[in-house]
Amino acid sequence: MKARSKRLMLVGGGVVLLVAAVALVLSAFQQNLVFFHTPTEVAEGRAPTGKTFRVGGMVEEGSIAREPDGITVRFAITDTAKVIPVTYQGTLPDLFKEGKGAVVQGKLEGGVFQATEVLAKHDENYMPPEAAHAVEQAQKAAQTLSQ
Amino acid sequence: MIPELGHFALILALVLSLVQAVVPLVGAHRNSSALMGVGRPAAQGQFFFILFSYVCLTWAFIQSDFSVQLAASNSHSATPLMYKITGVWGNHEGSLLLWAMSLSLWTVAVTVFSRHLPDAFLARVLGVLGWVSAGFISFTLVTSNPFDRLLPAVAEGRDLNPLLQDPGMIIHPPLLYMGYVGFSVAFAFAIAALMSGRLDAAWARWSRPWTTVAWVFLTAGIAVGSGWAYYELGWGGWWFWDPVENASFMPWLLGTALIHSLAVTEKRGAFRSWTVLLAIGAFSLSLLGTFLVRSGVLTSVHAFATDPKRGLYILALLVIVIGCSLFLYAMRAPRLAGGGSFGFVSRETALLGNNVLLTVASASVLLGTLYPLFLDALNLGKISVGPPYFEAVFVPLMTPVVVLMMFGPFLRWKDDDLAAAVRKVAPAFIASVLIGFGTAWAVDHVTWRTVLGLALSAWVVLASIQLLVVRLKERAGASAGSRLRSITASWWGMWLAHFGVGIFIIGVTLVGSLDQNIDVKMKEGQRAELAGYTFLFRGALDADGPNYDAARGIIELSRDGRALGTLTPEKRVYRAQGMPMTEASLDIGVFRDVYVTLGEQLPDGAWIVSLYYKPFISWIWMGCLLMGLGGVFAASDRRYRRLAAREATAGAGQRAAASA
Repeated sequence: MKARSKRLMLVGGGVVLLVAAVALVLSAFQQNLVFFHTPTEVAEGRAPTGKTFRVGGMVEEGSIAREPDGITVRFAITDTAKVIPVTYQGTLPDLFKEGKGAVVQGKLEGGVFQATEVLAKHDENYMPPEAAHAVEQAQKAAQTLSQ
Repeated sequence: MIPELGHFALILALVLSLVQAVVPLVGAHRNSSALMGVGRPAAQGQFFFILFSYVCLTWAFIQSDFSVQLAASNSHSATPLMYKITGVWGNHEGSLLLWAMSLSLWTVAVTVFSRHLPDAFLARVLGVLGWVSAGFISFTLVTSNPFDRLLPAVAEGRDLNPLLQDPGMIIHPPLLYMGYVGFSVAFAFAIAALMSGRLDAAWARWSRPWTTVAWVFLTAGIAVGSGWAYYELGWGGWWFWDPVENASFMPWLLGTALIHSLAVTEKRGAFRSWTVLLAIGAFSLSLLGTFLVRSGVLTSVHAFATDPKRGLYILALLVIVIGCSLFLYAMRAPRLAGGGSFGFVSRETALLGNNVLLTVASASVLLGTLYPLFLDALNLGKISVGPPYFEAVFVPLMTPVVVLMMFGPFLRWKDDDLAAAVRKVAPAFIASVLIGFGTAWAVDHVTWRTVLGLALSAWVVLASIQLLVVRLKERAGASAGSRLRSITASWWGMWLAHFGVGIFIIGVTLVGSLDQNIDVKMKEGQRAELAGYTFLFRGALDADGPNYDAARGIIELSRDGRALGTLTPEKRVYRAQGMPMTEASLDIGVFRDVYVTLGEQLPDGAWIVSLYYKPFISWIWMGCLLMGLGGVFAASDRRYRRLAAREATAGAGQRAAASA
């Protein structure tokens, strides 16, 4: 084989490998994006059913309740406009508290959000950005309504 | 007074870094050895002043001088001494000072260990490092002065984030920073080589040990960080694909590609342009990592937009570094063409394939980390990219990497016969596929991911053994001892690091497939079972520490009636910030960890306890340790020192001849 055609093969092989790898990355990216919705969007039915997504907001005061098994927790996430009931099985993060920001990830089933993951803040000053965003959106909407 | 001295020393360090940035470069341009000679003392003086400044800051923490803003926000008079000292870098300003100090330490190391380098080359390296250093010290002084006063002083500090009050956090940041910043040396060597137009095997050989050492630090830093996350965050995971972790993983991936590409450039003179680009890329990703972690964009892009000074400064630094180096590259690249040619089937091709894959992997992490930030910044909606994406990408990308990684060393440089090479490794390959299926069946978990993971690790182990045997047979007739001695340190380094990858994959696969976890409600005297282990809850008692209140659960662990010890998970509340913390308790073993955390107490007095069974998890860190050790071996190869000595004599000879 001539040096020139060897080189072509090498470059061609490299390009094929690269294209395949990039295609793989992009398709995996497309399939695994997790979208975020505010409680208002969920209440208005704008969130997908049967697909994993995230909801953020404040944990509603007085909403945390444990089932007798001690492991299943029910609480509600609110953006001050709408309230979404959530169930979760497992240990809650240390900084999960009523009246504080939290983000839940999971699926909507029969009007109840089945959370597989609960995220709270890392420290006193930090509010999950999604939670802050949800409350901000709801308050903006409330302002426009009252005007 | 002392904080002001520290501040002043930092300003002096900035002045010296500018001297180091300008004078040696001018000297190299004019070929004036007097000007070039300024680089070394300037770098050493700069280190002295940064160190002094750092000690001053540490002193403010140790003395609980809460008139210093930073100490007031990140320390507390009751914090244990160790965490007062490490609290210095547990925040934005202090960690930048640590960054600058690591860079200065690397620069001094270059002045000490690279005496054999040609004067002009060393001068250029120091000049480039001087510019980076000036960028970071001025960033610290202008936007993030760690010595800012808080007047009037507060009586008590706000304490260090409790998550950071942990032995893992004592060594994780310095190791990680030494790794991050270490790539600046590889970068400086690449830029200096571009400037002088001397991008040859000698450059690659000078650069190799530095790059490898930086890579070792980064590997160790990431491994310690992952270990910290495992036992400190309290839910048993070891890697979360969190943006902060990704920030350190991207330069690691590209750095791994770089050390392999450098090997080809040194041995065969090929891949020169590619190696330079990787050196620029690895350092740029280190800067990007610093930007991501330190600018606040991750917490909220909008918070970043409202106080953009810091973020913009690093972003500008990033743009300047990437822009200038790519411009220089574009100017010089046409002259770089050529280099060793090689056939389609050769060790070069295997290394090239892995280089491409590692680069794509690095880019995929970049995409997953930055894309949500872009969308959010442009107000196009909020998304999150979690572990499922990264796992979907990494398994198919890393599988060929691991296969090639063990096949490559069997191939000859330049040209080889594919059929012969395949015949050589076919038995090991087939055996590992069978082992993969067999072991997955034996542990009763036949999923494609488990089979793949086990087969890949078997392939690494078997091929490693075969590689060693082949290597030992090369010198037939010699005694076993002399055959072993004939193997160079860098070969052992390669072998160990690759073997470590196999150990790592065993850990990742088995803990991913076989781990078990239950949350149970337990009253005093109650038992729970998990994976054949019995947990007897003896209740919880008060266990207050110096700066926190805590409840400590007492859990007796046993298996088949044999006592294995007592686990004592804690639930702590740190007084200064009222922040609760879960402190896990572990029974660590070679083949499994048992991991217990204490949840909350229920109104009826019972506790929620989380029990985890984590098979083979420590193999993950053993694998990392072997990879790091491999790097240490590779960097310590006698060849680098021998050649260094020869070049030094040759250089001295030339100089003598020139002056004669």
